[in-house]
Amino acid sequence: MGKKLLTEHFGVQGIQQLQVYKQHGGYASLEKALKKTPDEIVNEVMTSGLRGRGGAGFPTGRKWSFIDKKSGKPRYLVCNADESEPGTFKDRYLMEVNPHLLIEGMIISSFALGAHLSYIYIRGELLYVYHILEKAIAEAYEAGYLGKNILGTGYDLELYCHPGGGAYICGEETALIESLEGKRGNPRIKPPFPAISGLYNNPTVVNNVESIATVPAIIAMGGEEYAKIGIGHSKGTKLISACGHIKKPGIYEIELGLPVEEFIYSDEYCGGIRGGRKLKAVVAGGSSVPILPAELILKTEKGEPRLMSYESLSDGGFTSGTMLGSGGFIVMDETTSIVKNLFNFTRFYHHESCGQCSPCREGTAWMEKILHRILHGHGTLKDVDLLWTLQKNIDGKTICPLGDAAAWPVASAIRHFRSEFEDFVQHPEKHLDVKHYFNQIEKKELA
Amino acid sequence: MPKVTIDGKTIEVPQGTTILQAARMIGAEVTPPAMCYYTSLKTSGGYCRTCIVKVSKMSEANPNPIPKPVASCRTNVEEGMEVLNYTSPEIVEARKGVVEFLLANHPLDCPICDQAGECHLQDLSYDHGSDDTRYEFERRKFKKIDLGPFIQLHMTRCILCYRCVKVADQLTDERVHGVLNRGEVSEISTYITKAIENDFSGNMIDVCPVGALTDKTFRFKSRVWFTNPVSAHRDCKKCCGKVTLWYKGDEVLRVTGRKDKWGEVEEFICNECRFEKKQTLDWEIEGPTAIDRHSVISANHYEKIVEPSLFKLNDIKPFED
Repeated sequence: MGKKLLTEHFGVQGIQQLQVYKQHGGYASLEKALKKTPDEIVNEVMTSGLRGRGGAGFPTGRKWSFIDKKSGKPRYLVCNADESEPGTFKDRYLMEVNPHLLIEGMIISSFALGAHLSYIYIRGELLYVYHILEKAIAEAYEAGYLGKNILGTGYDLELYCHPGGGAYICGEETALIESLEGKRGNPRIKPPFPAISGLYNNPTVVNNVESIATVPAIIAMGGEEYAKIGIGHSKGTKLISACGHIKKPGIYEIELGLPVEEFIYSDEYCGGIRGGRKLKAVVAGGSSVPILPAELILKTEKGEPRLMSYESLSDGGFTSGTMLGSGGFIVMDETTSIVKNLFNFTRFYHHESCGQCSPCREGTAWMEKILHRILHGHGTLKDVDLLWTLQKNIDGKTICPLGDAAAWPVASAIRHFRSEFEDFVQHPEKHLDVKHYFNQIEKKELA
Repeated sequence: MPKVTIDGKTIEVPQGTTILQAARMIGAEVTPPAMCYYTSLKTSGGYCRTCIVKVSKMSEANPNPIPKPVASCRTNVEEGMEVLNYTSPEIVEARKGVVEFLLANHPLDCPICDQAGECHLQDLSYDHGSDDTRYEFERRKFKKIDLGPFIQLHMTRCILCYRCVKVADQLTDERVHGVLNRGEVSEISTYITKAIENDFSGNMIDVCPVGALTDKTFRFKSRVWFTNPVSAHRDCKKCCGKVTLWYKGDEVLRVTGRKDKWGEVEEFICNECRFEKKQTLDWEIEGPTAIDRHSVISANHYEKIVEPSLFKLNDIKPFED
């Protein structure tokens, strides 16, 4: 049984309420933190080795240390709750069940950064979670944890929750800032980075929900103690949202360094593949990270067991590795069609591309059309090669990482499952559900 | 003053210069093409990705290369920076890919497009594209939109460079012009197709690199390479009054701002000069405009004026590279 820091009180009845949260040790970390200096808290987070939980895995403490404190401009903390990656649903659950944990983390982090105005930018589709958060924020204001002179320390903080319009691109930090400013959610061209010029051209830190929610635990147990959990440069615990063909889909808090095999097959976690089927492939960190076939996800190319950690999952680079990403763990059994799955992913990125830069705008649409053609039995072998060159032309040429996120699934699917693509275009009748197709036509004609 | 090396040529430039500007200072042989960057428009650039270059050495202090290609129009030079443009096969190949993406949904209706001959996309695809397309799907289409009495918007040809949006933002007072929708179907539009009635709106035509925004007073009157450009000026209270008149015979077919060799307008002009002063009498003529651009538009023009004594019959060429 691994350590539980974030999900410890998830089972408690009424934990959304401030009173219940306090009974279970809530806001104790805040009181402890306010007695320290902001720099001490930043150092504490730095020694904890906490890495950004949103996907890129950049050390949170270092990100905080980059913020421009000399210019004298107001500083902002923005919490990125625009979680929209297919396969990732950990932040939603965290905010839904334990909103005060996030709010406590926001207050401590804002204090550490010297921010007096902070925002939680929440995805538009999660409106019911927004209402939960609003209620919790109102409770925190009433209890004196927010507003002027927090707990008599003289520190002021205003916290706002802002729902977005439901665009995936607004999860990119600069697009999120643009959207928060009331503009069209287009990513900005970097540099300047948000730590120098972010929200309203002032220094801004954008952190993922889970990163911020981890801060109270770090303060409570101390950075050094937190750093003892985990393996290598992957410290602490991580929420993994497991879905797909497993017996027990859901949110699991794991200690980083857990073997992937144990995570998939042990009864404590996913409980094995549904229906006793064979594992075919895994997308380990949300739809944008490379897909890996069963033999490469369980063991690295060198034959070492693969662990749930930033380093182990990216072992072998993109040729035989993947990324921990945001922790959206999608398991596919032998009945899954990689081609159909890839079409689904590519359609998503086409739909969510903001249209600013040409490789992403035209490339994602083009790839979707080719996959659509393959899926309807009109593909050729040339299409597979064309897909490969298109993803190469998009990867790394775009303003923001959405282009890369659209290119990587295509690249990895073709790299590891090329034979399946070739089989699909040469013998489409084997893969197409013709009966279903005709049923649909009949339905249309009847209607 | 940082020193930067582009394709093996070193130049010293002021602090804050972008790689693209530094390349332009060296010369056309190292300059990457730019479809969305416009010197006089703030925050322009970074969208089209044709100007990507490889930074093989970041600076003296940090000699590591940047792993990904960077947009040269939005990246500032640093002391000791080394940049590869045409000498990097990887970049040449990547740019070919970008040109392919830009042309994927372009209708290629050059024979009936007013911009043909002075179109940057034409030049770009001749210089950096491949001679074949791999795009086999239906191209996206939009309905033509009238933006007031002078400007026609033909979204189908647009490459979404955002230049006209920046003009509307930075030159005119009331913003009525922007981008609707997102992704592949995003389009330039006015707020519920409201007509643009502004003294400087005509500059959108000049900055448009393709035939998406065209001059309604000039549409279908002549191919641009049959008209002769002449520099002229007048006293104008609103703008600088320095323009290029495009003659066909004795008639002024259109008036545009003066463009430099990178195809950028030197100074923006007002709509009165552009649309209403189409008589030779309105202007003081300075002389023929030399077009220093490698494009169809320089054919049969005054791009190279040769002294009569040095004139040799063999020197006559349609236009030079």
